[in-house]
Amino acid sequence: MTFIHFAIILPLIAAFLIAIIHKYVKGIHLGWFVLPIPFIIVSYLFTLIPTIRNGDTLLLNLNFMPRIGMNYDVYIDGLGLLFAILISGIGTLVVLYSIGYLSQKEKLLNFYIYLLLFMTAMLGVVLLDNVLMLYLFWELTSISSFLLIAFWTTKERSTYGAQKSMLITMFGGFMMLGGFLLLSNLTGTFSIREMISASDQVTGIGAGTLAVVLVLLGAFTKSAQFPFYVWLPDAMEAPTPVSAYLHSATMVKAGLYLVARFTPVFMLSTTWVWTILIVGLITLCWASFNAFIKDDLKAVLAFSTVSQLGLIMSLLGISGLAVVRGANEQIFTVAVVAAVFHIINHATFKGALFMVTGIIDHQTGTRSIKKLGGLMTIMPITFTMALVTSLSMAGIPPFNGFLSKEMFLEAMFEISNANFSALASVGFLFPLLAIVGSIFTFLYSAKIVMQIFLGEETKETPKEPKEASALLLISPAILSLLVVVFGLFPNLLTKSIIDPAAMSIINAVEPLNTKISHWHGFNSPALWATIVIIVVGAALYYFRDTWIFIYKYIKDKFTINYLYDQGLHYITIYSNRFTRMLMTGFLRTYMVYIFGFLVILGFVTMLRTGLNLDFSNLAPIGIQDMILVGVILIALGIIMITKSRMVSIIMLGAVGFSMALFFVFFRAPDLALTQLAIETVTTTLFLVCFYHLPKQSKLPEKRKFKLTNFIVAVGVGAVSILIGLSAFSNRLFESISQYHIDHVYDLAAGKNMVNVILVDFRGYDTVFETLVFGIAGIGIYVLMRLTINNRKDDKNEERAEESRL
Amino acid sequence: MEFITIVLSGVLIGAATYLILSKSVLRIIIGISVLSHGIHLMLLTMGQLKRGNVPILEDSVTNYTDPLPQAMILTAIVISFALTAFSLVLALRNYKVLGSDDTETMKGAQNEN
Amino acid sequence: MKSALKRAGYKQVHKQMNDVHLQFISKVAFFIILLFAFNLFFAGHYTPGGGFVGGLLTSAAIVLLLIAFDVKTLKKMLPIRFRLLIASGLFLALGVPTGLMFFGYPFFTHEFTEITLPILGEIGLHSATPFDLGVFLTVCGSTLLIIILVGGADD
Repeated sequence: MTFIHFAIILPLIAAFLIAIIHKYVKGIHLGWFVLPIPFIIVSYLFTLIPTIRNGDTLLLNLNFMPRIGMNYDVYIDGLGLLFAILISGIGTLVVLYSIGYLSQKEKLLNFYIYLLLFMTAMLGVVLLDNVLMLYLFWELTSISSFLLIAFWTTKERSTYGAQKSMLITMFGGFMMLGGFLLLSNLTGTFSIREMISASDQVTGIGAGTLAVVLVLLGAFTKSAQFPFYVWLPDAMEAPTPVSAYLHSATMVKAGLYLVARFTPVFMLSTTWVWTILIVGLITLCWASFNAFIKDDLKAVLAFSTVSQLGLIMSLLGISGLAVVRGANEQIFTVAVVAAVFHIINHATFKGALFMVTGIIDHQTGTRSIKKLGGLMTIMPITFTMALVTSLSMAGIPPFNGFLSKEMFLEAMFEISNANFSALASVGFLFPLLAIVGSIFTFLYSAKIVMQIFLGEETKETPKEPKEASALLLISPAILSLLVVVFGLFPNLLTKSIIDPAAMSIINAVEPLNTKISHWHGFNSPALWATIVIIVVGAALYYFRDTWIFIYKYIKDKFTINYLYDQGLHYITIYSNRFTRMLMTGFLRTYMVYIFGFLVILGFVTMLRTGLNLDFSNLAPIGIQDMILVGVILIALGIIMITKSRMVSIIMLGAVGFSMALFFVFFRAPDLALTQLAIETVTTTLFLVCFYHLPKQSKLPEKRKFKLTNFIVAVGVGAVSILIGLSAFSNRLFESISQYHIDHVYDLAAGKNMVNVILVDFRGYDTVFETLVFGIAGIGIYVLMRLTINNRKDDKNEERAEESRL
Repeated sequence: MEFITIVLSGVLIGAATYLILSKSVLRIIIGISVLSHGIHLMLLTMGQLKRGNVPILEDSVTNYTDPLPQAMILTAIVISFALTAFSLVLALRNYKVLGSDDTETMKGAQNEN
Repeated sequence: MKSALKRAGYKQVHKQMNDVHLQFISKVAFFIILLFAFNLFFAGHYTPGGGFVGGLLTSAAIVLLLIAFDVKTLKKMLPIRFRLLIASGLFLALGVPTGLMFFGYPFFTHEFTEITLPILGEIGLHSATPFDLGVFLTVCGSTLLIIILVGGADD
């Protein structure tokens, strides 16, 4: 157990401490106690950079459940470290920001516990090497995201959004688990690194492709790709720090991480590459197209996040090609580097933008773009940050977004020129889609700056706007500063983190030696594309009133959201209807289902496998056995016929005592003793209950009712006889009891095997049995007390009497 | 002998099924008791009958009856007693509240969704 | 119990319930059954018996008293809270296997030694015994709780 193992669960441990602190320390904002945790982690992670920079990786084993191959193995390479730093770094800033954003009146304890849970979950996803552990933490991120979206539980939109995100991401998670299991079946391991080295097993049309599809479903649902993006806009109901953290900077990037991590595993699959590329591009265009029309500032940013994720996804698709075609080809490495670089850039500018949105919301009381305007003079610092980050998002030099956007365009141009036989006619579509998506990105970025900060002051805001406090401003300021610094000096990052991360995506051995530059000369098509984007974007923004009508053609009925809502609605209705059809509320119906199914299953199995009976090895029959059988049969017959409850209970006792005698004959003294004692107590219990129960024990029943019962009963009896006979005739295994017989004295120091098995060898059974017994006792106590308390003529004395029991 | 006990336990299970399917709660509870008897007998038979000695270690004996089914049945006996007792009290309380021991009148359909 | 049966229409039982012979015999039998039950419990590891049977027989003995006397009389004779019996039984049954972990054994690995006492001679000490005692207490407590609750519900 090294510090890094500990660092992953540190937030979880801290969550407990926070709960204690919350109880005893009042007056100080709880966030101050949470703040050191991500800070410690990020500081520690920075110390690992020199190791990674040299191209080394760390693998730290810790066994968790070695027998099923589920181990807590930490694997640190460029990719994992990059994500871990993003998680803990942005986490630090978000916690700091939340101190200003959330007032002391909110349920701070819940908020920070969920946030810490999320940190652990996310660190686990990106740092662990085991797919099962990855899945575990992956679902934990979904759960903590669910809890955080529904943080304001009283708001209907919050719970709706939380449920939606839960349903969609959990669906993806399950699919992904299926993919992982298939993969481990193909490669024979649960470790990602070993999967990579066995990646040549993951080929073929059948299982390999299915694994690709399943893993991609997990990634696409988490990273909100088309058509699963619908949950992300609704997830914006969460508090803004959460949106900034989970739904733009970290959690939604888990899908990207997954794709990046599994690229070397699926390197021989073309399905993988093209699906990612095409889905990414569609997402980019569709989401940025939608973002422009939204009125809620957070909705704009949500769609913007979706489109940026699509951008990165498409770049990762091209990186897949890099692995197929060999890592030396220039274009592919450009794509990989662009993807990694854009992950960092997006985290900085989108994180800052979300925080700016939060500040606007906090200071003015609204997020509606229509109600905002002219904030530039009132909130100059916020405006500066919004301007810088929006320009970066739009891809305007010299900010960091420009650099990665240009690399993205370059990669798209290269791939349309590249020599892929299938692409000859449609290759031009890639740069075209990329440019269209970027134009809309420009448009909504312009909208944010122009309509909120410039223009007339609307005076429609619920609160009088004023500049925010330093506490709120410091986190977005740091991120905006990073936007500028990374934009001006991109090569600060290349050696230390981008190259190692890119190398682990394409599984390269030699260092890449990337150089990111601002100027590629006039020959570069990306430069012209950027110019086109800016010119067309500006023109379209200026003449927006003339073409905005096209949004009207997108009816609500044709959106995926509508599909989701209707689907959920009808699923609920039909499953209710189905349930009501089967569940009549009448106990007998359920019993008929159960027994009928048993009969059908039994007979079908018998018919398919045939009966193979063998009676060569039977014990001798004694006269006393026959007498007992006769007694039992007669008693049973009387139970069936009689109408008197007294007689039926006595006959039940007769059956029970005969069973005890059977146990004596069959050499089971313990059983005989227990059966005798139990039978005595049961009979007493029945007699005691007499007073309360009706006299008639047999109700009048219709003939058809009886006939059905009779048929089912005969069927069940016949099936159990057949099962018993065939099980007795065909012993597949030797009994394991020989072990108990041999070791009863040396291991357990007892002589009575039955008792030793009960208290020692199979003690678990006994513990649970004792629990069942205790629960039954307590349950009966509760039932009886309910009866007593319900009666009106209840005397206090009697109640005191009862409580003494 | 095993053949006879298997058939006997089948008869017990069948009769128990018939009792469980009836309307009266008391008969259902009796049915559950009978069912557990049938199953115990079946289980014991699976470990083969009357072979070897009582499963208590003695120096001179090497051949014992299978102790494992016995241990399991012992657990089952006690659990089935707990179950019988619980369902009996449940029926009792039900009868007090609803005034009937007919399962058909116990349907809570109007409250169910 | 008595009046429960009476009200249920079993008038002839009423006479028997005040039967002095029954009450006397049941008092004697109670101790005999109890002794036998304890014997079964403690000898369970070597001869037929154990926690279940012991517990059931103990409760059967108490039920015998219940039949001979009354719920109220019984409560005076045995002022035990049966809920407490269940709780302590469950505590033992779960606590012993868990407690063994603190001594470095895996969960549910019983330990045993033998010691020699002056008069009784060699005696086996077994960690399975407290566990079995837990079973004994739970079974005994639950059974009695059930029967006395149901039987005494209307008295």
